[in-house]
Amino acid sequence: MDYDYDVLIVGAGGAGLYAALEASRTGKTAVLTKVYPQRSHTGAAQGGIGAALGNVEEDKPEWHAFDTVKGGDYLVDQNAAVILAEDAVRAVYDLENRGLPFSRTPEGKIDQRRFGGHTRNFGEGPVRRACYAADRTGHMILQTLYQQCIKSDVAFYDEFFVLDVMLDGDTPSGLIVFELATGQIHMFKAKVILFATGGFGRMFKITSNAYSNTGDGPAILARNGIPLMDMEFFQIHPTGIRDMGILITEGVRGEGGILYNSEGEAFMKRYAPTMLDLAPRDMISRAIMTEIFEGRGIRGTRKIDDYVYLDASHLGRAKVEEKIPDIADFCRTYLDVDPAEAPMPVQPTAHYAMGGIPTNVNGQVWTGEKVYPGLYAAGECACVSVHGANRLGTNSLVDLVVFGRRAGQHIAEYVRNAPQGRVDKDRARWWKDRIARLKSAKGSHPGEIFDSMQETMMEKVGVYRTGSEMEKAVSSLQKLRLDYEHVSVHAGAENFNAEVQTVLELGNLLDLALHTAASALNRQESRGAHTRDDFPDRNDGDWLKHSLSTLKDNQISFQYRDVDVHKWEPKPRVY
Amino acid sequence: MQIELKIFRYNPQTDKESRFDTYKVDVDPSDRVLDSLMHVYRNEDGSLAFRKSCAHGVCGSDAMRINGKERLACKTLIKDVTQSEGDTILIEPLRHLPVQKDLMVDQSEFLSRFKKVSPFLIPEEKPPENGEYIQSQLQRDAIDDATKCINCGACYSACPVLDTNPDFLGPAALVHASRFIFDSRDQGLDARIAILDQPNGIWACDNHFECTKVCPRGIKITKLINLTKREIKKRKGE
Ligand SMILES: Cc1cc2nc3c(=O)[nH]c(=O)nc-3n(C[C@H](O)[C@H](O)[C@H](O)COP(=O)(O)OP(=O)(O)OC[C@H]3O[C@@H](n4cnc5c(N)ncnc54)[C@H](O)[C@@H]3O)c2cc1C
Ligand code: SF4
Ligand code: FES
Repeated sequence: MDYDYDVLIVGAGGAGLYAALEASRTGKTAVLTKVYPQRSHTGAAQGGIGAALGNVEEDKPEWHAFDTVKGGDYLVDQNAAVILAEDAVRAVYDLENRGLPFSRTPEGKIDQRRFGGHTRNFGEGPVRRACYAADRTGHMILQTLYQQCIKSDVAFYDEFFVLDVMLDGDTPSGLIVFELATGQIHMFKAKVILFATGGFGRMFKITSNAYSNTGDGPAILARNGIPLMDMEFFQIHPTGIRDMGILITEGVRGEGGILYNSEGEAFMKRYAPTMLDLAPRDMISRAIMTEIFEGRGIRGTRKIDDYVYLDASHLGRAKVEEKIPDIADFCRTYLDVDPAEAPMPVQPTAHYAMGGIPTNVNGQVWTGEKVYPGLYAAGECACVSVHGANRLGTNSLVDLVVFGRRAGQHIAEYVRNAPQGRVDKDRARWWKDRIARLKSAKGSHPGEIFDSMQETMMEKVGVYRTGSEMEKAVSSLQKLRLDYEHVSVHAGAENFNAEVQTVLELGNLLDLALHTAASALNRQESRGAHTRDDFPDRNDGDWLKHSLSTLKDNQISFQYRDVDVHKWEPKPRVY
Repeated sequence: MQIELKIFRYNPQTDKESRFDTYKVDVDPSDRVLDSLMHVYRNEDGSLAFRKSCAHGVCGSDAMRINGKERLACKTLIKDVTQSEGDTILIEPLRHLPVQKDLMVDQSEFLSRFKKVSPFLIPEEKPPENGEYIQSQLQRDAIDDATKCINCGACYSACPVLDTNPDFLGPAALVHASRFIFDSRDQGLDARIAILDQPNGIWACDNHFECTKVCPRGIKITKLINLTKREIKKRKGE
C-alpha cells in the first residue's frame, strides 16, 4: 500500500477544505487535489454568500429557506433547505472569525447586498441577504479556508488526479490516483472518502467554469454503480461576457444594474413585475433568450449567440470601483468596455450543476434507499438537494460551507469506529494498463470530440429544450462515447503528462453529458432551469420527484426519489 | 490572423538542454494567449506542458513570461502582444523557480516561503460569541489591496533582488504578511517579525518596483512592503 489514511478528501475547494478542517480533528486526514488548492474554482465565485444576518434590514432564516424552496421550483428537499438557511448564519460568522475580510457597513458589521430571488416575508420584495467581500467573495472563502488548513497542518497532495474509488461492498476502502509529476499510479487506503470535486460546466461550449471543472467525482461514482440525481437541471446563468462566458456576477444587478434589449427597453418588467432584474436566474435566462429569439437582441440575428446589454453605468464610477472592481477589470481586459461608462454585452452562460451525487444532510451518499457508510460528497458535485430545479445566487457558497462542514463533522464522529475495507489491487493494475494502452495506441487527438460535445450540449440541452432535439443530443453523445474509445495520448512522457489527464477528464465529461441529456429527455415537464417547448408546464402529479440516472452499456436507466415537501406546499411560481 | 508562438521547451528527464518550438496558429486578435496555447495542446502537440484553470485571471495558474514580461496567459489578449499578421509571441516560464517541464515551474519553494509568514489570522482573544468582529470600513480598506493576491508568482519572477539573493523571502510572501499585519483583528505582528526582520526578510527589498509593475491583480506591492517596514520599525521603537 502506498499511502494509508483514515479520511481522504478529494478536492480542495470550499467544500473539501471545510470538511478537511473538521474531519482532521479525529481522523488522520489528507486532501487530494488535481490543481493546487488555491487554484480551485471556488476562488472564482464573485457576488456573495447568503445568510439571514439581518445586518442592514430585517431578515430571517425561515424566509431564506422559503426563497430557496420556491427558487428551486419546489424540487428542493425542504428539510435540507431549513438546515441550509439556519446553519448559514453560523457558518458566515465562523468564516469572519477565522479572518475572512467581508465588506463592512458603516457600523463595522458584515455588509449585505441584494441577489436574485432573495426576498423579505415570503416574496414581498427584495431583501439584502448576500454577505460579500467586494466581488471576490469566493476568492476570500477559498483563501481563508486554505489559510486555516495551513494553520491546522492538514496534509495536501497537490496535482494528484484521482482516477477511481475502491469499494468493498458499499463501503469505500481507498482511491486510485495518478500523480501528475511522476506519472505513477498510487493506491491510497482509507476508511472514509469524501468527494468535493466541484462542477462540470465544461461540457458546454459557453461556460463560466474553469478548465478543471470536469465532473470527475460524479463520473467516478457513477461508473461504480451509484446513481446520479437530478442531472437534467443545469443552471445557465443569464449574464456571461459575450462569446467568452466569463461570469458577470448577479451582484451587479443586486447593486442596481439593469438589462436592456436592442430597443433600449428594460425588458424584465414584462417577465417578473415584482422582482424585475432580481428574479431568479432561470427566469432571466429565459427572458433574455426570448428577447433574442424575437429579434430584440443587440445584433438582432435571432440566433443563440446574440446578446443583450447589462448596464451599470448609472451607478457611477465610485460605486463600480468599490462594489464590482473585478468585473470592471474583466470588462476592460476582455471587451474594451468600461462598465462605469458603457453597458456590458452579456449572454447566458452554463454555470452550475444542480444535480450530482445524491447525499443526505450529513453528506453521506444516499440514494433514498440506502446509505453508503463511509462514502461522502459535498459542494457542487453533490446533490443534497437544496437547489432543486434552480439554484438561487449565493446559495452555492452557502451549500459548500454548510454541508462541507456538516459532512466533516459527521466524518469526525463516524471515523472513530469505522471499519477498514479490503483494497482491490487488481483495480490499480487495471488502471496502469489502461494508461499504458492510451499511450501506445495510435488514435486521434481529443480536440474534435471536445468541440462536438460542447456544441451539442449548448445547442440542444441549453435554456430551451425540445424532445426531438434532445433525442438527437443523446444519440450524438452515445456516438461520441464510442469515438472516444479511439482517442489516444500522443506524448509518452512519464512526468507531467497532462494529456493523460485531459483525455480521462473528457471521458468523465462525456459520461455526465449523456446523464444530463438523457435525464432531460426523460423529464416530461418544465420546471426551473429545465424548460421544454413540448411540455411547457410544471407537472407535480407526475414529476414532483428526483430522478436518479444510471449509465450502463451506453444507455441510461432511471429510478426516482421522493422530494421532502413537509413545510411548504408547492405553488405556482410567480415573482 | 496568423501568428507564431515561440515556446520554451524543456523536459529535465529527457532533454539535455532547453529549446524553443515554433507553432503557427490562426487566431482572433481578441483571443487570449491561453486560447492559442490550448489550441496547440489539444490539436497539435499534446506534450506541451503548462498550467491553467479559471481562464479569466483569478486562479493564478498560468503566470508565465510573454514577450519577456510576467503575465497571466488568460488575461493577455493576442492584440496586447502583437502588432500585425505573422508576428511572433515569445512564451517562457517564470524565473527564479526550477522548470519542471516546458512552462511549468516547481512552486514548492515559493509556497514554503508563503507559509513561513504565518498567512492566517492570529486573533488576540476568543472570537465574539455568536457574532462578528466589528471592523470599520476604514480598517477594512487597509487590507483590501493585499487580499487580492492569487499567489500567481509573477512578482517573484520579476524581482531583481532574487537574481542575486535567492534566499530573499520574495514579494508575494511579504504581501501576505502585510495582509494580516494590517488587519485590525490580528495580533500576530510579533510572531511574524521573527521571520520578516532578517537580512533575507523584508529588508532585502530595495524598491525596484518590478513586482508592482507586473502584478496582474494590480496590487501596489512595493508600497505594502514599505508600509510593513515602517510598522516593524515602529514596533521596535526605532
Ligand atoms: C465565475 C463563478 C462565480 C460564482 N459566483 C458565486 C457566488 O457569488 N455565490 C455563490 O454562492 N456561488 C457562486 N458560484 C458557484 C460556486 O463558486 C461553486 O459552485 C463552488 O465554488 C464549487 O465549490 P466546490 O468546493 O464544490 O468545488 P471547487 O472549488 O470547484 O473545487 C473542486 C476541487 O476538486 C478538485 N478535483 C476535481 N477533480 C479531481 C480529481 N479527479 N482528483 C483530484 N482532485 C480533483 C479540484 O482540484 C479542486 O480542488 C460561482 C461560480 C462561478 C464559476
Ligand atoms: S502579489 Fe500579485 S504578482 Fe505577486 S503573487 Fe500576488 S497576485 Fe501574483
Ligand atoms: S487560468 Fe486562472 S489565472 Fe489564468
